[in-house]
Amino acid sequence: MKYTPTVGEILQAKGVSRRGFLKYCATTASLLALPPSMIPRIAAALENARRPSVIWLSFQECTGCTESLTRSASPTVEGLIFDAISLDYHHTLQAASGEQAEAARHAAMEENDGGYLVLVDGSIPMGNPGFSTIAGVSNHDMLMETVAGAAAVVSIGSCAAFGGIPGANPNPTGAVAVSDLVKDKPIINVPGCPPIPMVMTAVLTQFLTFGQLPEVDKLGRPLAFFGKTIHDRCYRRPFYEQGKFAESFDDEGAKAGWCLYKLGCKGPTTYNACATVKWNSGTSFPIESGHPCLGCSEPNFWDKGGFYQPISTGHFGSGAKLAGAAAAGVALGVAAAAAGRRRQAKFTKEA
Amino acid sequence: MDLLELARGPVLQAAAYILVGGTIWRIVGILLLKEKPDYSEPRASGGLGAALKVIWTRAFTAEPFKSATLYPKMMAYVMHIGLFATIFLFTPHIVFFEGWTGFDWPGLPNNVIFFIGVATIVSGVALIVRRLTSPVLKLISNFDDYFSWLVTMLPLVTGLLIPVRMGIRYETLLAVHILSVALLLIWLPFGKLGHTFLVFITRGTTGMVFERRGAKT
Repeated sequence: MKYTPTVGEILQAKGVSRRGFLKYCATTASLLALPPSMIPRIAAALENARRPSVIWLSFQECTGCTESLTRSASPTVEGLIFDAISLDYHHTLQAASGEQAEAARHAAMEENDGGYLVLVDGSIPMGNPGFSTIAGVSNHDMLMETVAGAAAVVSIGSCAAFGGIPGANPNPTGAVAVSDLVKDKPIINVPGCPPIPMVMTAVLTQFLTFGQLPEVDKLGRPLAFFGKTIHDRCYRRPFYEQGKFAESFDDEGAKAGWCLYKLGCKGPTTYNACATVKWNSGTSFPIESGHPCLGCSEPNFWDKGGFYQPISTGHFGSGAKLAGAAAAGVALGVAAAAAGRRRQAKFTKEA
Repeated sequence: MDLLELARGPVLQAAAYILVGGTIWRIVGILLLKEKPDYSEPRASGGLGAALKVIWTRAFTAEPFKSATLYPKMMAYVMHIGLFATIFLFTPHIVFFEGWTGFDWPGLPNNVIFFIGVATIVSGVALIVRRLTSPVLKLISNFDDYFSWLVTMLPLVTGLLIPVRMGIRYETLLAVHILSVALLLIWLPFGKLGHTFLVFITRGTTGMVFERRGAKT
């Protein structure tokens, strides 16, 4: 049997220091809201874990999720953890193509039956199998075949988690989320357009450490990252409380870094860790760069009104319908007055 | 469609149609009623001046009733001013009105609005306690009085709960708040809350009738 190195051995070979490794374990524990006593356990489990086999399926997607995960500014421990998993199939990253690539997927499924992880990015078209195929196989068939022997499924990005942009109105391909099709496997959703790389690696770390997926919210998202809104953790929140808002993208309020609520920020209804974990190795997140949150980790974010429309904006319907209601009011008023006048006339007569 | 989308979409739309239709129905229905006949020679013409005068003078209590009605009058003023401030000077609400009308105006800081909101609820509770404990008020109160109070208080309470959160998700609380506002808008034209748009019409009419009959206004 072929020797499979442990994650610890792989990281050591890559030149990751013990200090750097423990720092990663401590950060992951804190991100997952685990007590400090769990750090040694995470370290021990990670060091001794065999490389888990991961099959990454890309369906109706833009490769943004893969870009997010691979384009970190500098190689990080998270990146190395990714090196430490056995990414046996990922049609953007793998060197193999065509039949060899598909053979690699089948080999990984057979060798690790019941134990491998399936990561999916992109939604699955149900309208016509021909809308999206890989090696002549429809997305639906490939997903169902691959998850059959999987230990768990991770939906990466809003398309896999909720249907995303392909599923936006009018949903021409009949796009659905992974959870709409896979019912008999544990599924964890890591939505975002794209999702935060650290969230991805933390979920994988938890799986490697405890052999189980983290606690999730009602939308299947890990609570440690999706438990609070962007608004709750936003550094611009005090300006919201003080009533200081940017009115346009280049006014004094915008330059002073005031709250972007009036410019359509969806922070109050968006659950994600952008405001704390941040992007590009902790550099910033959209609001810090001066742009409102689009709410990309929420279901149907594409169809929830304009990106630059404040969330408290209501939808009063068309002016024509309101005018119709007003006309109906006039008609009812005239009828009521006529009835009232008849009654008045009767009383006056009686008097 | 989630609860928030339902609340701010179809429910709010339906409420707006009912509010507009119902309000116009009530106003037109009242304005088209026949004037009461004069059974004696009119003392004055009873024109617009008389209407405006009573609209102004009835904002204050007449001397004989001043001490007896000081407490409820104060509470009612706190409640009405508080309702005005929480509805029209809270920035997310201004944004809401701006989206509807295209106009915006400066708002107050959130903590000031929060304080005003609490004061408004306290005044509302004080008024309902008085209604429930005064034998006379109890006798002349009906379902309309209690239900109108309830639908006015609900948006205040649900609105103030949004920042408090209590473990409930923001969008759920916002949806419940909007639903409570929709209930208020639907009920507004039909019950005693109709005074929102009828108050000056009825007061003005009273002024005109009183002046014609030579009553002191």
